[in-house]
Amino acid sequence: MSGLKPGEVNLGTSIMAVEFAHGVIIGADSRTTTGSYIANRVTDKLTEVHDTIYCCRSGSAADTQAVADIVHYYLQMYSVQNGKPTVPLAASLFQELCYQNKDGLSAGIIVGGWDKENGGSVWNVPLGGSLHRQPFAIGGSGSTYIYGYCDATYRDGMNQEECIEFVKNSLALAMSRDGSSGGVIRMAVITEKGVERIFVPGDKLPVHWQG
Amino acid sequence: MSSIGTGYDVSVSTYSPDGRVFQVEYAGKAVENSGTAIGIRVKDGVVLAVEKLVQSKLLVPGANRRIQNVDRHVGIATAGLLADGRHIVKRAREEAQSWRDVYRLPIDGKNIASRVGDYVAAYTLYSSVRPFGSSTIIAAMDTTGPKLYMVEPSGLYWGYHGTAIGKGRQVAKTEIEKLNLEEMTCREAVKHAARIIYNVHDDAKDKEFELELSWVCEESKGLHQIVPKEIADEAETLAKAALNDDDMDDD
Repeated sequence: MSGLKPGEVNLGTSIMAVEFAHGVIIGADSRTTTGSYIANRVTDKLTEVHDTIYCCRSGSAADTQAVADIVHYYLQMYSVQNGKPTVPLAASLFQELCYQNKDGLSAGIIVGGWDKENGGSVWNVPLGGSLHRQPFAIGGSGSTYIYGYCDATYRDGMNQEECIEFVKNSLALAMSRDGSSGGVIRMAVITEKGVERIFVPGDKLPVHWQG
Repeated sequence: MSSIGTGYDVSVSTYSPDGRVFQVEYAGKAVENSGTAIGIRVKDGVVLAVEKLVQSKLLVPGANRRIQNVDRHVGIATAGLLADGRHIVKRAREEAQSWRDVYRLPIDGKNIASRVGDYVAAYTLYSSVRPFGSSTIIAAMDTTGPKLYMVEPSGLYWGYHGTAIGKGRQVAKTEIEKLNLEEMTCREAVKHAARIIYNVHDDAKDKEFELELSWVCEESKGLHQIVPKEIADEAETLAKAALNDDDMDDD
């Protein structure tokens, strides 16, 4: 049944996450739509599920919020009993929920974060509910326009500043081509030290060729 | 206070006036009369050893195993009613698998002990069931090292450096206390375990027994497995020799 129901709020989105030496950088645009109407132009699609574990949400806003809430609850319960959860553990919970309920959900989620065992790691949980570890991941409707750019630009072992520029440029390119993406860029740098949020206003986005 | 004939010992859902649950204590008796099982935790792993009393000469050697695999990195030795032990191991396997299903990780020692403990404890709460006449020794290797737990019929469980259950538990515990576990390797622990089992075996009362030895350690790459034949044979030979030495001392 995958796909939006009539009138459902959509995160026609551009999201991405990149691993770097000390952690991960995640980023997203801020547009939420119901059909052609922009329901929210400053949405935060980067959702905390534990202290240093976040997810980037794409697909149905309702579905992905619900899934993130459930994972948040599981990780809270886990940490009370067993100490800090790892990023692959969180990703595995997302994957399990997305796979078991694949008939009812439209959710494409990227999990990124830092833990003691693995350092920074990025996990992609696309539509069918499979799970892939990747050095970087892009998702949402806008991502289709930037596969080439990302593949050409990504390098192993980038530092924090290079990674931030990579995410910012990629998302700006996606937002300029994808009608369902836009607004501002929200990013988060997740390392051992914690989470630092970065905000790029709509009038300060990197500008590329405009035609 | 005498418990016989007072009626307080027939159900687990009724306490005696002084706050005891006799059925659980009786379940403990079933364990006390069983062949000895021991667990030793050393610096690089855990060793399990069982004195399996052979009920009949007609049984195939190796039948009715009392050390079993629960997961790749978890093993359980049981003492008491054989069938109850098997049932607990079956549950432990399900718990280990469900942990893997949910978290994509092998279950750690603390959690498998907790899950088994909770399950066993549930059988001390209802009048419609009987407590397990079986104690289990759980050996596991997880991200923070080797782990050893023992679960009693009451559902109570503790982590141990070394533990023993069954007939020879007192002597076995005294022997384990003498060992320097912090600096010992599993290779050495296997020999001690075999020696202790042979030591506590009373061949006046029980004639035949089989020695079961398993370990989970660095040498087994973190897997719980039967101790390889050459190593087990050597340990058994040494154990028999040590026993003969003891006999000579007695003379």
